Amino acid sequence: MASPEIAVSIDQVVKRYGGFTALHGVSIDIREREFFTLLGPSGCGKTTLLRAIAGFEDVNEGRLLLKGVDITNLPPHKRPVNTVFQQYALFPHMTVFENVMFGLLRKNWIQSEAQRRVQDVLEMVQLSDFASRKPAQLSGGQQQRVALARALAPRPQVLLLDEPLSALDLKLRQAVRSELKALQRETGIAFIFVTHDQEEALTMSDRVCVMSNGRVQQIGSPKDVYEAPVNRFVADFVGETNLLEVTVNKIKDGLASVALPGGNAFECPAAAVVDPGVGHLSVRPERIKVTADGQGDLDAVVTGHTYLGTDIQLLVRLADDEVMSVRLQNSQTTEIPEQGAAVGLVLEAGAARLLAD
Amino acid sequence: MAAKIDLRRFPGFLGITLICLVVLYAPLIIVAVYSFNDSTSITNWGGATLNWYVDVFTGPESPKFQQAALNSLIIAVCAAGAATCIATAAAVAMTRAGRFRGKTLSFALINLPLMVPEVVTAVASLVFFSAIGFTNGLFTILIAHTVFCIPFAYLPISARMQSISDVYEQAAMDLYATPREAFTKVLLPLMMPGILSGSLLAFIISLDDFLITNFVKGAGVETLPTAIFGAVKQGIKPNIMAISTLMLGVSIVFVTLSWLVGRVGQNKQK
Amino acid sequence: MAAGAPMGAGTTSDIYKGDAARLMMPTWLIIGIFLLAPVIMMGVYSFLTKEFRGGVVWEFSFAAYDQFFFDRGLFGDDPPTLEWTYIGIFWRSIWQAGLATIMCLLIGFPTAWFIATRDPKSRSIWLFLITIPYWVNLLIRTVSMKFLIRDTGPLNEFLLAAGVIDTPLGLINTDFAVQLGLFYSYLPFMVLPIYAAVERYDFALSEAASDLYAGTWTILRLVIFPVVKPGIIAGCILVFVPSLGAFLAPDLLGGAKTFMIGSLIEEQFKGSAGNWPFGAAAAMILLTLVLVILLIYARAQNKVEDR
Ligand SMILES: Nc1ncnc2c1ncn2[C@@H]1O[C@H](COP(=O)(O)OP(=O)(O)O)[C@@H](O)[C@H]1O
Ligand SMILES: [Mg+2]
Repeated sequence: MASPEIAVSIDQVVKRYGGFTALHGVSIDIREREFFTLLGPSGCGKTTLLRAIAGFEDVNEGRLLLKGVDITNLPPHKRPVNTVFQQYALFPHMTVFENVMFGLLRKNWIQSEAQRRVQDVLEMVQLSDFASRKPAQLSGGQQQRVALARALAPRPQVLLLDEPLSALDLKLRQAVRSELKALQRETGIAFIFVTHDQEEALTMSDRVCVMSNGRVQQIGSPKDVYEAPVNRFVADFVGETNLLEVTVNKIKDGLASVALPGGNAFECPAAAVVDPGVGHLSVRPERIKVTADGQGDLDAVVTGHTYLGTDIQLLVRLADDEVMSVRLQNSQTTEIPEQGAAVGLVLEAGAARLLAD
Repeated sequence: MAAKIDLRRFPGFLGITLICLVVLYAPLIIVAVYSFNDSTSITNWGGATLNWYVDVFTGPESPKFQQAALNSLIIAVCAAGAATCIATAAAVAMTRAGRFRGKTLSFALINLPLMVPEVVTAVASLVFFSAIGFTNGLFTILIAHTVFCIPFAYLPISARMQSISDVYEQAAMDLYATPREAFTKVLLPLMMPGILSGSLLAFIISLDDFLITNFVKGAGVETLPTAIFGAVKQGIKPNIMAISTLMLGVSIVFVTLSWLVGRVGQNKQK
Repeated sequence: MAAGAPMGAGTTSDIYKGDAARLMMPTWLIIGIFLLAPVIMMGVYSFLTKEFRGGVVWEFSFAAYDQFFFDRGLFGDDPPTLEWTYIGIFWRSIWQAGLATIMCLLIGFPTAWFIATRDPKSRSIWLFLITIPYWVNLLIRTVSMKFLIRDTGPLNEFLLAAGVIDTPLGLINTDFAVQLGLFYSYLPFMVLPIYAAVERYDFALSEAASDLYAGTWTILRLVIFPVVKPGIIAGCILVFVPSLGAFLAPDLLGGAKTFMIGSLIEEQFKGSAGNWPFGAAAAMILLTLVLVILLIYARAQNKVEDR
């Protein structure tokens, strides 16, 4: 039974389009009052999952529970969830006010109460002065806020957002992130937020679900998925990483003993299910220190650098010809090794993690 | 070496286009001009007059033509109205119901009136009505007109529907609208420009028809085209030219209206 | 950025999936009962026996088709020989419609080309100008043409007064008058599809071709023609098919000599001289002809799409 803490429970959901399976038995529990993000590359099934929750797609197998109530077979208009669409889908023939009012009238709110609610919500998104405009007369950012207001007005139990920021330009997108997060706190509604932008996911979410090819890869806090990715896909997709092929000698109590390229022995945390043999080590580029040749865990030759503003990226080649990226903070005291210089690389604690494939 | 010809600016094409326009417009303009001719011998210009227009409304033949015009109007309004409703429902099915059994056949059926030659439709209707024992009259004309108006109403409506993303209806249902409310409150208003131009087209097409009407009209029942045709058999008199000029004006007003509606719709869509 | 399609956009979803039958029902009923059934009924009538005061006797007979194709002498007991009267009328109709189509093509192609190569704003105005006359009542247009070109009409008066001619041109009641009338009736049907095809043509292609050493003629033949051809074929069909069964232009502009299918059929249903089964048979033959043309066209079209 779903515990009352759970807002939405997605239970073994399978969705097929003809012969193509878009969701392979997805199971996720989304808690009350949390900002939950579905993160994954385009085509991985995020929108499909969101549409299944909203009721626009029937699922082939599995169940959807909303606060413990089975909604799998309810039509969209009977599900107390609302959606902020990717291109907003504001009704072009209605004013902002009428757009926001729409859901309230369908739910048979009393006229006076509905009007007050619309005013409140418009105030919340700072659009009170635009109530009588048509959507076409608003900027992209304003349209986005109308869409948000419209979806929040009927007090849904869960709010679904499908890449709501992707149509905004970069500066605006960053400003809206914090507004959106604040709004979620204020309303106390669970948000299910879809994005393919890992930075967005990490900065806004309470929990992130990383998806790939219609399967859940990992669910956890932003810190979890970044620092303790369970597999190569997650490590690679969330943030930047180096994947080194290593020989695994022994695994015990989640700690692995491996032989690094060049032969040095090294101990690091291991993701749950790795067998001894050949494995992959994920090494975050910003957790690597450069020292003198022969002093580090790895020996390498610098092959180039790229200036990134706050950081400087070093490209180095290891003994077995693998190329790694190292990030050095761009401070006055940072010493940048010359191209062609032989250096040693120290892997800080927590820099490396042995992964399942 | 010969100068390179710019394919976009073929010499002479402007001239041919202008000839084309002259051929299209000259007969109409000349009839309009002569309808103001104050002379009983049509071909001599006797100064401008509105007499023939007065004659249309008060002359000895005016009751006949007025009745015919009224019939035409009633039939055009009813046929266009019915055809528009039918075509709207069909357009919703063809663009919003996914694949269904008989879809290809349905599409063929909608377009059947365009494929069957007019004279064949006319004969078939006459034969059919006489076989099932319908008395020819206004009602048979109305039915026949509704049939051939359907594809004309359908074209602009379905074109409009195809350009409306179904995301608006999804948004409506997401906001607790029942499928019926999503249709009446969201889809229908968005389809309106298409429905308007579709019904205008159907209206003009119904007003335009002579051949089919001529077959299925009962004795003594006339529409404007059949009345004009009957009169023309006796010779082209000035009052006919006045009526023609009036109908010309009506057609042009309607087409312009339909064009403008279409453009407003397009602008809104952007 | 913004990868993946927006929700729902572009996909024709199936919001009214279960309602298809209900929504299509009026169309099926109205067109099915009042057009499809009548056409079938007409086919049945063409195999019945004629009644002398119009109408039919419900007795199966090949008489209508027999009369159309064969001559059995005055008393109907000579050995059958081919009857040319009606086949000749069909043949002349095809010929007239064909010439009208060629006229439309010769004038319509340059016009469509000219309009399609204007800038988008003036394009829509030109197009509008070309299409307006189509929406004017066909009867009125045909009557206007008759008024203009008849022997005592403005055209002859003008030419006589200007001294260009000394006897009227005698245009009315000729084959040419009918072709002119058909041309006038259906010209926009030629212009619009060709326009659509030319408009789709990307003139950068001809620049690319001339960059690759193709001359103007080669460009026309190898690059432009294949793109524009479907428009030309569609235009020709749209003009030819209604011209074939036209009634008003031959009736008002042509005389007894220029009898066409439309008039032949119409005559069978007017007054007591009529012969309903024969009219129905002629209409069936016309319908078959038209459907065959459309079928060939649709086949060719599908083949192009398959490639
Ligand atoms: N209506 C559909 N018919 C067939 N395939 C679809 C349909 N909708 C989505 N898909 C497929 O399902 C997969 C997941 O799509 P989607 O959920 O939109 O991905 P995302 O939102 O993660 O980018 C994609 O491969 C897409 O091509
Ligand atoms: Mg998506």
